[in-house]
Amino acid sequence: MIRGAVLRAAAVAAGALTKGGSSALAPLEGGQKYAQALGASKAWSRGYATNSHDHFNIHRDSPENNDTTPFDFTPENMKIVKEVLARYPENYKRSGVIPLLTLAQTQNKGFLTLSAMNRVAEVLETPAIRVYEVATFYTMFNRSKMGKYHLMVCGTTPCMVRGAPKVKQALCDHLGLSDYGESTADGLFTLSEMECMGCCVNAPMIAVADYTKGVEGFTYNYYEDITTKDAVNITEQLRRGETPKVGSQHRSKCEPAGVVYEDKWVPTPEGTETLMGTPRGPYCRELKKEAAEQKQ
Amino acid sequence: MATVALRNSALSALGRRVLGGARAFSSEKTSYGNLSDEDRIFTNLYGRHDPFLKGAVKRGDWYRTKDLVLMGRDWIISEMKASGLRGRGGAGFPSGLKWSFMPKEVPDGRPSYLVVNADESEPGTCKDREIMRHDPHKLVEGCLIAGVGMGARAGYIYIRGEYVNERLALEKAVAEAYEAGLIGKNACGTGYDYDLYVHHGAGAYICGEETALIESLEGKTGKPRLKPPFPAGVGLYGCPTTVTNVETVAVAPTILRRGPEWFNSFGRPNNAGTKLFCISGHVNRPCTVEEEMSIPLRELIEKHCGGVVGGWDNLLAIIPGGSSVPLLPKNICDDVLMDFDALREVQSGLGTAAVIVMNKSTDIVEAISRLSYFYKHESCGQCTPCREGAPWLFEMMERMRTGDARLEEIDMLHEVTKQIEGHTICALGDAAAWPVQGLIRHFRPEIESRINQWQDQKQLEFGGTAGFGGYNSPVDGGRA
Repeated sequence: MIRGAVLRAAAVAAGALTKGGSSALAPLEGGQKYAQALGASKAWSRGYATNSHDHFNIHRDSPENNDTTPFDFTPENMKIVKEVLARYPENYKRSGVIPLLTLAQTQNKGFLTLSAMNRVAEVLETPAIRVYEVATFYTMFNRSKMGKYHLMVCGTTPCMVRGAPKVKQALCDHLGLSDYGESTADGLFTLSEMECMGCCVNAPMIAVADYTKGVEGFTYNYYEDITTKDAVNITEQLRRGETPKVGSQHRSKCEPAGVVYEDKWVPTPEGTETLMGTPRGPYCRELKKEAAEQKQ
Repeated sequence: MATVALRNSALSALGRRVLGGARAFSSEKTSYGNLSDEDRIFTNLYGRHDPFLKGAVKRGDWYRTKDLVLMGRDWIISEMKASGLRGRGGAGFPSGLKWSFMPKEVPDGRPSYLVVNADESEPGTCKDREIMRHDPHKLVEGCLIAGVGMGARAGYIYIRGEYVNERLALEKAVAEAYEAGLIGKNACGTGYDYDLYVHHGAGAYICGEETALIESLEGKTGKPRLKPPFPAGVGLYGCPTTVTNVETVAVAPTILRRGPEWFNSFGRPNNAGTKLFCISGHVNRPCTVEEEMSIPLRELIEKHCGGVVGGWDNLLAIIPGGSSVPLLPKNICDDVLMDFDALREVQSGLGTAAVIVMNKSTDIVEAISRLSYFYKHESCGQCTPCREGAPWLFEMMERMRTGDARLEEIDMLHEVTKQIEGHTICALGDAAAWPVQGLIRHFRPEIESRINQWQDQKQLEFGGTAGFGGYNSPVDGGRA
């Protein structure tokens, strides 16, 4: 029974691949098309081990990502590379692989090409496979071309109970996408799902990685306490090149103030407030070494 | 016995007052909560003041740090032990004890490292984030103090990749501390050399596990290591290493300054101190708040979070300590205390004190199923029971959600969780199993009724007597 399911999954996946290779999906369009083709079949998630729910990270040659795509760190970024490597012991350069891949991805407008990974391996003096391993293990590394803005909806339970599925639906409808993992036709937005982003008190939330401004201007902002309307607004503002309000859309930070419930911000200004006054100043008790020793 | 009395004492405000009055002559503390601002450690939790050096010094950070460091390693450890602080990352291991495991001397001259676990990814948890963006100097100072306590030469803070803005704040704080001579060579003028670096991950929940974190810091995929050897012997770069949570490290300087007795005066015995609670989900005012340990769960929610949406009677269930711990149904939530021991007694855990509240509008099976999806996605794939088991849990949970199953499959599901639990290198397998076990323990009738309903409906649709539902179901496209 189990084997049947796996075989079936493999068959469906293989079918999608052949189809992709023939006509429906030109292979030259890159990995993402395959991802979509495969993503459409639920069996895909069983058939492949992958770090990402909705992006394809098995390498397929494409015009923007192949053996000969040029990639090198810019001179300014090379300085950052040196700063990064200074943090680790001389003989453990490999520690820098995640920061360097992040840098390469940012420089490369949101995704890691084969040559970018090879270049990182060269800088770190490690075999390339060690870098490929890392690039495909961690969710934040993209192996297929991304939109200029990568919209990520947190879908884990704390966000889910506060309306993340509605946010996803609203974004899909607004951008004309059918599911996670797709990009808009103009290449501006890519929509993904992320697992818990660690701002559960301010759920639901979306994060936006902005690849339009290169390494210096790169931002990865959280937009918190959002309703579907806020989410659509944020994408519209981004489309117009404006900067949406970062952080919570309805309160300052994580203080008690209200909640997004049934897609509406319900403020509750009345209630216990803490930390409203001026914080206390420096204080230290008398430090006695003898006393501590006697206690033991 | 004492704990039973204490639990009862929390039954209601009235009951507490009566019991409290009856026990007034005993020195034992019977009510918890009501922490005053004066006793809060994180005074800039909501970012109302300047998070950086100037503001931090004004709030009392870096005050007499030199003297604390000069009191020496043994003093720091013994004071931390006396404070009763238990690790804030989930497992609740006594911090002073953990720090004392670091070797005094390494004969072959290997350096020791402190690694701070800022890879906060447990669903429901967002406390460390507030520390790093609003009070980063508490963490930086804590790193120095903890580093001295362990005899570490350098510290690495491993922050999760998604916290880009938090990382920038933290990097700025570290740079400020270097510039002011507070860390680095001759830190604070003590003659102690201590370096601190900020490293980041790239989105992998598993890297919150200490050995996976070390692997990831070494530039590998985050796959947990077998223990022993424990990190205190062979950790980062093969050197003695201790991995601790951000909150644990950040509270250390304040504990040393105000005294372990002060810290120990909060909470029940063995569950000392104050704690950051993150309350998310269906409450009127979700927030992160610092409160006394052992505060009754209901009081925590009603006082700080404006109560459950729709009132306390509208409560369905609460996950009290981040996604990995089993959920609690309302009748337990009524009187349970928020500390390590009380929650363990009700077969759950304090974990990271991330309280996820779900009211009756929640589809509880779907909520837990989404957690199973989370663990399926985050399993590193190293151990077979977890790699294979987590997807199976999700798949079965999805069928339980719609009712497309057979009654005996509930037991099968439970058995699968038991096959995963305890059979993996790290605790992710356990974490994947526990929420499902909690669901079956407390909401079995709900699952059963869904299954029965689904079967009834299919029988109406297709006729016949039995045989619908389950993995091998002839209906629904013949899945097998």
